[in-house]
Amino acid sequence: MSYTGKFRVWRGDSEGGELKDYEVEVNEGEVVLDVIHRLQATQTPDMAVRWNCKAGKCGSCSAEINGMPKLMCMCRMNTFAEDEVVTVTPMRTFPVIRDLVTDVSFNYQKAREVPAFKPPADLKPGEYRMQQQDVERSQEFRKCIECFLCQDTCHVIRDHEENKESFSGPRFLMRIAELDMHPLDAADRQHAAQEQHGLGFCNITKCCTEVCPEHIKITDNALIPMKERVVDRKYDPIVWLGNKIRRRPA
Amino acid sequence: MTELERHSYDVVVIGAGGAGLRAAIEAREQGKKTAIICKSLFGKAHTVMAEGGCAAAMGNANSNDNWQVHYRDTMRGGKFLNNWRMAELHAQEAPDRVWELETYGALFDRTPDGRISQRNFGGHTYPRLAHVGDRTGLELIRTLQQKIVSLQQEDFEATGDYEANLKVYAECTITELLKDGDAISGAFGYWRESGRFILFEAPAVVLATGGVGKSFKVTSNSWEYTGDGHALAMRAGATLINMEFIQFHPTGMVWPPSVKGILVTESVRGDGGVLKNSEGKRFMFEYVPDVFRAQYAETEDEADRWYKDPDNNRRPPELLPRDEVARAINSEVKAGRGTPHGGVFLDVSSRLPAEEITRRLPSMHHQFKELADVDITAEPMEVGPTCHYVMGGVEVDPDTASSVVPGLFAAGEVAGGMHGSNRLGGNSLSDLLVFGRRAGMGAAMYVDGLGAARPKIDEADVDAAAADALAPFELEGGENPYTIHQELQQSMNDLVGIIRKEEEMEQALGRLSEFRSRIAKMTVEGHRQFNPGWHLALDLRNMLTVSECVAGAALMRQESRGGHTRDDFPGMNPEWRKKLLVCALDADGVVNVTEKEQIPMREDLLELFELDELKKYLTEEELPAT
Repeated sequence: MSYTGKFRVWRGDSEGGELKDYEVEVNEGEVVLDVIHRLQATQTPDMAVRWNCKAGKCGSCSAEINGMPKLMCMCRMNTFAEDEVVTVTPMRTFPVIRDLVTDVSFNYQKAREVPAFKPPADLKPGEYRMQQQDVERSQEFRKCIECFLCQDTCHVIRDHEENKESFSGPRFLMRIAELDMHPLDAADRQHAAQEQHGLGFCNITKCCTEVCPEHIKITDNALIPMKERVVDRKYDPIVWLGNKIRRRPA
Repeated sequence: MTELERHSYDVVVIGAGGAGLRAAIEAREQGKKTAIICKSLFGKAHTVMAEGGCAAAMGNANSNDNWQVHYRDTMRGGKFLNNWRMAELHAQEAPDRVWELETYGALFDRTPDGRISQRNFGGHTYPRLAHVGDRTGLELIRTLQQKIVSLQQEDFEATGDYEANLKVYAECTITELLKDGDAISGAFGYWRESGRFILFEAPAVVLATGGVGKSFKVTSNSWEYTGDGHALAMRAGATLINMEFIQFHPTGMVWPPSVKGILVTESVRGDGGVLKNSEGKRFMFEYVPDVFRAQYAETEDEADRWYKDPDNNRRPPELLPRDEVARAINSEVKAGRGTPHGGVFLDVSSRLPAEEITRRLPSMHHQFKELADVDITAEPMEVGPTCHYVMGGVEVDPDTASSVVPGLFAAGEVAGGMHGSNRLGGNSLSDLLVFGRRAGMGAAMYVDGLGAARPKIDEADVDAAAADALAPFELEGGENPYTIHQELQQSMNDLVGIIRKEEEMEQALGRLSEFRSRIAKMTVEGHRQFNPGWHLALDLRNMLTVSECVAGAALMRQESRGGHTRDDFPGMNPEWRKKLLVCALDADGVVNVTEKEQIPMREDLLELFELDELKKYLTEEELPAT
């Protein structure tokens, strides 16, 4: 059941690095992260890798496997042929710290720029009443484990460092959609989604949806409806007229 | 003098799981400048793994529920060894803590009338667990994380600095607590990324570091669970209690080997899943102990009726407390009635329609499909016991979460007492919230009481902590920490596991002392920048100290109770119920275990139980006068 697998892993740091070849034991039922751990335990004790739960629930072990953004703990070895070289590289959109570990602080910065849930003023704790079908839309987005693979794959920032400042990425545009669709959130979020978080950059190629390990329909259920809400507001003739009237000097 | 960066805070919280984040929120809301330190990235803590729910007697699903019923269930689950004051506070305050999460933006599943839905779980009389499908832990951690962000946004509005009063130090490990005389003065650690040292000057430290599962081979716990808080507390002079009680969750995955131990939520059973042996028999009916006989169904028909009509039927024995179910599975496998991979079958596929399973148990469906190539809507799962939770931890004052060391607080899994000898499912998330908040309050009050007289850092202690942290780089040609870790895990699993024997535990203690000398001589390769070998070497010291506590206390307790089963002392003994085993380090750093009397339960709480039930647990003298 065991065989010797061929691995090619990126080793290096912010100064530079290279792909290195390894031959390592692979056993039945293992995932890529198991093999990386075996490399650590037997050949490369200082190989840097982030991981936690090993069950696809925490979103720590994100990397690119044969070029595809994936969680290493959810990538089964039996999806590769035994003689296939498995190439593991760090996420490309974020600066490398060392080996497979990248600096994902961009995401935490963007998270901070999304105004928090604004509780309804007239309800005390325990008085919230919401229907299951109304909370389900936002619940889908709250399945997000913040692996940042959607951010990694999004072409708006993947090879465009210059867009990072004005674009929050699928993860945080989805967070805005989640709050906008929360039945009791009291804040207005549509203007900011477009103007501050760069919703308009998204041209719905759905790459984010494709790599999401939680199978959240980011584009169809969060980004497109959000775009529609923004557009409805921006180009609604009555809203437009209302804005004009209010702005007229007295 | 050691080169390091220095920070000054009122309160430092070590650990960013549910308890740590709730403590930090409280400390910051009490006006204290607060730091949160975590080994992983922010939002990745082990709380995320909790699946089933958060127990709180809100009475949404059954209006008969109230804190007294929850209190009784908790004490029964812990076999009356619980700290009764903690169990009382927990049952009383849990509903408020859950409702508060909604004001932070949490979205729990709903009842038809729009309130928070509650689900059944082992040991809980009524449906009591607030939940979001089977990813409740993720909802909890994300909600608290987002609340932290919202407080930082408030600080940004007021000061122009997000991190003025509340800052997260992610991927940072604390290796030592520092003291001035008896009192805490700060914490010393390193950045995982750069390996550089960092010092926090703070009069109050809240430990919220979680559990110790990584000392065992088969565990549902992640790499972070190395008993850091337990060991830091002991080295700082605090005491641990109940360390002999380790919860083996009855249902962990057993196949494939790489995921052995990963949790299969109890909700599978709460929602109708049944346990069967290789002969196709629902074996749990054979394993209902006398203390629980009155509350559990005797036939499959009655058990099945309970799901629809819980008021007129008794619950299925698959929903006994976790220790009972884990032992039953262990016995079935030992008797040769196990599955091909050494577990038993957990079947929900023949009990619920496929779409119902994917709706109620989405992450279980996903987990088995992706990791084991098993479709749980079509075939049974194979499951077996896995080390899941340590009931033992830092001995604390129930109301303030303070340890015996001034300025040192503990909450969540790292604190001991609340769950007695066995924790009920769902009581962990509520424990984090209730005692996380209390620890944050306790720390804030302590800091207020100090006034200007703050404990000072002794530079010699800083130099010593730095030297200790670098020691694994000093030696050449020593052993690899990974090898020692694997052997430690194997020894604990084999010798201090679910069923314990005197000679095996003595053997374990012998091996642990060998590990101690091997750890002193191990070698770490490479340099300080993001070096997992070095990180493991430092964590190993903690795992060893904790393992010594577990084995030492387990050897001493001559009875079987909850998460401690002695082959040579199979029954519960009321005399032992009155005793806590307290672990402390002596002057030479050796673990000492001593007995301590439990404080008798307050009379009004005792009155919540029938005399007949109390007789099963208490000694003659402890029973209320009739």
